[in-house]
Amino acid sequence: MAFSLDTVIYMDNNATTRIAPEVLDAMMPYLSDYYGNPSSMHTFGGQVGEAVTQARQSVADLLGADPGEIVFTSCGTESDSTAIFSALRTYPEKNHVVTTRVEHPAVKNLCDNLETLTGRKYHISRLPVAEDGTLDIERYKECLTDETAIVSVMWANNETGVLFPVEEMAKIAKERGILFHTDAVQAVGKIPINLKDSTIDMLSLSGHKLHAPKGIGVLYVRKGTPFVPFLNGGHQEKGRRGGTENVASIIGLGKACELAAAMMDEENTRVRALRDKLEKGLLSSVPKAILNGHPEKRLPNTANISFEYVEGEAILLMMNQHNICASSGSACTSGSLEPSHVLRAMGVPFTAAHGSIRFSLSVYNTEEEVDFILEKMPPIIARLRELSPFWEED
Amino acid sequence: MWEYTDKVQEHFTNPKNVGEIKNASGTGNVGSIACGDALRLTIQVDENDIITDAKFKTFGCASAIASSSMLTEMLKGMKLEDAKNLTNDDIAQALGGLPKEKMHCSVMGREALEAAIADYTGVMLPMAQGEVVCECFGVTDLEIIRAIKENSLASVEEITNFTKAGGGCGKCEGRLAALLVESTDKQSSPATAQKKKKRMTALEKIKKIEEVIEREIKPTLKKDDGDIQLIDVDGDFVTVSLRGTCAGCYSSQTTLKEYVEKKLREQVLDTLIVEEDK
Ligand SMILES: Cc1ncc(COP(=O)(O)O)c(C=O)c1O
Repeated sequence: MAFSLDTVIYMDNNATTRIAPEVLDAMMPYLSDYYGNPSSMHTFGGQVGEAVTQARQSVADLLGADPGEIVFTSCGTESDSTAIFSALRTYPEKNHVVTTRVEHPAVKNLCDNLETLTGRKYHISRLPVAEDGTLDIERYKECLTDETAIVSVMWANNETGVLFPVEEMAKIAKERGILFHTDAVQAVGKIPINLKDSTIDMLSLSGHKLHAPKGIGVLYVRKGTPFVPFLNGGHQEKGRRGGTENVASIIGLGKACELAAAMMDEENTRVRALRDKLEKGLLSSVPKAILNGHPEKRLPNTANISFEYVEGEAILLMMNQHNICASSGSACTSGSLEPSHVLRAMGVPFTAAHGSIRFSLSVYNTEEEVDFILEKMPPIIARLRELSPFWEED
Repeated sequence: MWEYTDKVQEHFTNPKNVGEIKNASGTGNVGSIACGDALRLTIQVDENDIITDAKFKTFGCASAIASSSMLTEMLKGMKLEDAKNLTNDDIAQALGGLPKEKMHCSVMGREALEAAIADYTGVMLPMAQGEVVCECFGVTDLEIIRAIKENSLASVEEITNFTKAGGGCGKCEGRLAALLVESTDKQSSPATAQKKKKRMTALEKIKKIEEVIEREIKPTLKKDDGDIQLIDVDGDFVTVSLRGTCAGCYSSQTTLKEYVEKKLREQVLDTLIVEEDK
């Protein structure tokens, strides 16, 4: 079955987003006529370089940063790796990394494998989270030691949308002279960020989460932060990341950041209201439905709901029959046999973890779509519960 | 996105024989909610030992539901003797195949059938008498050996695909590899393979374990606000108690497996199995 843009109801924006039409328009010339190399001496290349400079400014503006602090990379994952390895190479004598138990695999698996990757022993402190997915700052303070090379804590969780107080945490790290990195891939474009007011040293973002293409990312590196490149090569990005620029995608990301800044209000009002309507509607119309994550300290676009006694993959496939796209933290969809590490870290019981569904909205969603989902979900869950040996109507 | 056959999609979208037979001749319950899938199969058997009716209730993904539905369709009208010989592969074939990561769904169908037949005939289930190898999913050595033999499995990953064993904490992967060798290659005796690894005396082993815990593991856990105490060493089984914030939480299993066990295996003996004192 082929899905078209007209019929699909896309509520999986934390997985990836649609390229905004304005973004595509901005990119097209750089995929056809303006193919010059931004590093070239001739005007034909130079004009491309100017466009890249403009895009860098737009990214910096969205973050409240200086253009010189923006390093373009190939994706969020590369930005995360660059930040963590840079810190470890800057402080070879330090062997401790502080992170959380709920990071995206881009940080989690890197930390898990640091020993194999570097041939050195590292101690990793993984901060636990409470039942509502929030962090305990006191625990965090106690974790920091003189051996700590870097703290890497995500700004917003991709599964639950729960926000961590990274600005406060960065301040504490600063006082201890420890580098602070945040994976803000899910936060950028959804909540206002102003790095001028913070002491965050490095921040990762990824284009495809804010209506730019896949395969473009940024690592923000605060001026004065010690830095060791991850990709060595040409002098691109002021020697901080070798490799000829992915020009069209950089232009696209610049445009996407301008759009995100312009739509920040809408994201936090209209999109939030749609999310709230969807969430309240599902929690009240479906029995034994539970919200995962703190109700307030959360991204405006994300709702993670567990439907007890049914399995997530089965729910998703039934939703798929109505052209509704979402995600699940169930074992069957994670490609492993255990449910999501985020929900397990929060202590969500198995009865609920296997049946968790994440809805993540964007400015392209409409109230009609929310109403449609509210109409379709209760019978889907009821149908699957009819099949379930654990479900007893009471 | 899984590649499901039309048959799987059809049996998932419109499952047949959903429900429970009242006063069934036999009931088979397998799986659990913690495992992510479970099946309750009820069968009705007449005086000629023919299965006249079969119904199911399943918690699980699309392939678990489709396997259950297909199983009940196959069973209706089948002689009990023939049903006893039904394999998981028969179920998977009838569905036009399952993705390899989902083969355990067909295995679950077959196990529920065996349990239902055992319930009817009153004969103990041979598979349940085995020794539990995978504690996360409660899989016994007999079940694993049978899956290896019947489906010619050749790797630990395949064992996990078919039985789920090893798909949780992964602690039993060593045993799975050993079972694989035992059941595929009769010549190389697992007893000699084991002997080669164990050259330390029991006392040396305990001392070394103690040393590694004190020198390396304890200081690391302390950074995370945790603590560890060695309780007992019995053969390859090392019992420890975790203290502080790691105790009892979900991640204590991760700590045990990914850190404590790994360290002890690296530095003491690669067959060690670390368990938490409860
Ligand atoms: C929190 C978080 N970090 C990192 C990534 C990885 O980004 P990318 O896909 O650009 O490598 C993602 C997205 O998948 C994410 O949600």
